[in-house]
Amino acid sequence: MSDILVSMEGIDKSFPGVHALDQAHFELQAGEVHALIGENGAGKSTLMKVLAGIYHKDAGHILYQGSEVVIPNPRAAQNLGISMIHQELNLMPHLTLAQNVFIGREPRQGLPFMLAENQLNAQTQALFDSMHLKLDPRTKAADLTVAKQQMVEIAKALSFNSQVLIMDEPTAALTETEIEELFRIIRDLRGRGVGVVYISHRLEELKKISDRITVMRDGRYVDTVQAADVPINRIISMMVGRTIYESAPEVPEETGQPVVLEVKNLNSGASVRNVSFKVRQGEILGFAGLMGAGRTEVARAVFGADPIDSGEIWVEGKPVQIRSPRDAVANGIGYLSEDRKRYGLALGLDVEANIVLAAFRKFLDGSTLVNRTRTRSAAEHYVQALSIKTPNLQQQVKNLSGGNQQKVVIGKWLTADTNVLIFDEPTRGIDVGAKSEIYRLLNELAAQGKAIIMISSELPEILRMSHRIIVMCEGRITGELSASEATQERIMQFATQRGGIVAADAASTAVSFDHSQGRQV
Amino acid sequence: MAAIDTTVPKRRNVLRSDAAQKLLAFAGLIVLFIAFSLASQYFFTFDNVIGILLATAVNGVLALGVTFVIITGGIDLSVGTVMTLSAVMTGVAVTNMGLPIPVGVVVGLLTGALAGFVNGIVISRLKVAPFIATLGMMMIARGLSLVIAQVKPIYFNDTPAFREIMMGSVIAAVIPELNIPNSVFLLFGAAFTAAFILSKTVLGRYTIAIGSNEEATRLSGVNVASWKTAVYTLGGAFSGLAGVMIASRLNSAQPALGAGYELDAIAAVVIGGTSLSGGEGTILGTIIGAFIISTLTNGLRILGVPQEWQMVVTGAIVIFAVYLDIIRRRRN
Repeated sequence: MSDILVSMEGIDKSFPGVHALDQAHFELQAGEVHALIGENGAGKSTLMKVLAGIYHKDAGHILYQGSEVVIPNPRAAQNLGISMIHQELNLMPHLTLAQNVFIGREPRQGLPFMLAENQLNAQTQALFDSMHLKLDPRTKAADLTVAKQQMVEIAKALSFNSQVLIMDEPTAALTETEIEELFRIIRDLRGRGVGVVYISHRLEELKKISDRITVMRDGRYVDTVQAADVPINRIISMMVGRTIYESAPEVPEETGQPVVLEVKNLNSGASVRNVSFKVRQGEILGFAGLMGAGRTEVARAVFGADPIDSGEIWVEGKPVQIRSPRDAVANGIGYLSEDRKRYGLALGLDVEANIVLAAFRKFLDGSTLVNRTRTRSAAEHYVQALSIKTPNLQQQVKNLSGGNQQKVVIGKWLTADTNVLIFDEPTRGIDVGAKSEIYRLLNELAAQGKAIIMISSELPEILRMSHRIIVMCEGRITGELSASEATQERIMQFATQRGGIVAADAASTAVSFDHSQGRQV
Repeated sequence: MAAIDTTVPKRRNVLRSDAAQKLLAFAGLIVLFIAFSLASQYFFTFDNVIGILLATAVNGVLALGVTFVIITGGIDLSVGTVMTLSAVMTGVAVTNMGLPIPVGVVVGLLTGALAGFVNGIVISRLKVAPFIATLGMMMIARGLSLVIAQVKPIYFNDTPAFREIMMGSVIAAVIPELNIPNSVFLLFGAAFTAAFILSKTVLGRYTIAIGSNEEATRLSGVNVASWKTAVYTLGGAFSGLAGVMIASRLNSAQPALGAGYELDAIAAVVIGGTSLSGGEGTILGTIIGAFIISTLTNGLRILGVPQEWQMVVTGAIVIFAVYLDIIRRRRN
């Protein structure tokens, strides 16, 4: 494993206003899995997009198998044997798997513009077989899960006889089992001598899959280390160049705080069944479970974004009707979507406008005119209180980093006077440094008396943050754990427990489960 | 009831719902036929059905081109006036310059293709939004038609054979009882060609790919700009064909005609189940959509419903068709 496949030297790349890569350096050997890590904005993806022909470097050299190459476009990279699988998947949902795999180089028959569909399907089938993938080439891409779509992307990359496979955050949306399957394929590729570049924020994974780790910070190369030798803590400090906020949850002394939100026997569609829980003032209630366990659906139903089939919602001891997000906001409930770019922010608007967006009414003079002085002072207040890093209030939100965008969403809901904040995957796609700041913020908000519901698929995050943990599986609550009794193992046990069997120690909790209806035999 | 196994992906049966949409449009057409037949004895007659087919021909051919453009996620507002410009150019070639009819036909087709090519370049290279680019072309083509024809119709009185392109009947020459005009065969021939291009050729594949996920198509190494230009050029060529057909039908090139035709064409495409957000659509659907519009117009006219009300009904049906499509998506 000493064949150097790719060597990138002194790569420079600037975008308007940003020096994205500054003398960056990277080396990839044949038959290794090389993790490339760094905070958001460190330049990992940019560097790899230069290698994949998506961006053009301003300066520097790329050596491929020993000789210097110029990579003007993605097609040129593919022809060299360099393929990149992007974070946002790049399949055409309306085409079949085979059509997706061979897009741009379909086999022809008869006339040069005529497609040979049978040959296309046969070649794809052979490719899937070689990867031990049980997929039908004639299926439409839209019908696959994200994990399966990713496998198809890998198959597509391999069909170019790729020697270099770049994967950008491949596990972001996968379940544990799916990640195992992905790792099996990656190991298989490594065995065949392919060099795999693996970009990820999930440091625990890197230990499992990678041979070497290269760390980047602020567009520069920091160091390359053997994955086996270096503890995660050191990698993190290399990434951020500063110490990270770490602490166990501070569980409030008394559990006698008033209940702010109570949900009773909530049913919504097929994915929320007989869900009941309470959350108290000053409490962080963690919602754990596997992907598709129904946690987001619970949040959406409580927030009025999805219709409720049956069940009651009580806010501060009174039953309320929530039929739309507007009702939820009026009752002091805010929801921070996992997909903040789509549901949480108006990306093209500035920081100030986003912060006051959910509470515009409060800033009206009379009935139509917005009082800019007051919106500005509210925005200034939250930019300072949440330490949002933005050059000014007129900065468009799309130009902020993920962590700062998340803070803008938090500021928005605080402006709207919400008492219950539902955070759905609050740190997804956020780098390590910003994560710890979000954690600190959550703790502060709880200390100020907000009731916080945190949905997270990362168990360490759940364990670190939650005062109490509810575990869901297949639309039902399967268990509840206090902070002191929760471990990763116990959570996973509940998370994989089918049929809504209820925690044995329910007596110690404030939650009422409906045994008669919730239970399956 | 057993617990749902979450490890099995929820399969959305796209096939079934696609088929449902097409079936619905087709069923709608059948219902219209039955309803009008019951309402009037004059509706379901050989002559009237031929009349419907004849009335569908021009709009149907226009709609074929628009189908490709809409599948890429674009729109073409210029098809109506480009059709007129093509008709005028054919008139100039055949009547004013005295060139042979086949040359005139080719001139018409090329005029349409050229206008579509310009649309494609403006959209894919200059990055002007399709709505604006083709709105501009719609006005340009309208203006050029009037300028070239000097604001008066060009007649084909010297070349009686030109009218036979649409109104003659090749089949009646063989089987005299079956007096089906050529225009019907032109429509179906064009439809078969379009269906073939969409499902069997590289151009069709990239049309769908671009509409499905343009960025992914680009990253796959497909030259999206060139293929988009090709799609608009193809759309323009269909407008050119429609131009020749309408000139033959009216035995004249009417330079003031054409505005509004693009909306009927888009309506046919939409009723046929093609999604305005791109990525999906069928030629069969478009043809059914075009028939629904002309059947409605024909049937309502036979029943004595004023023309103004016919428009109201057509408009309501367009909205209803799109609403059905939205329901289908939501269910998915």
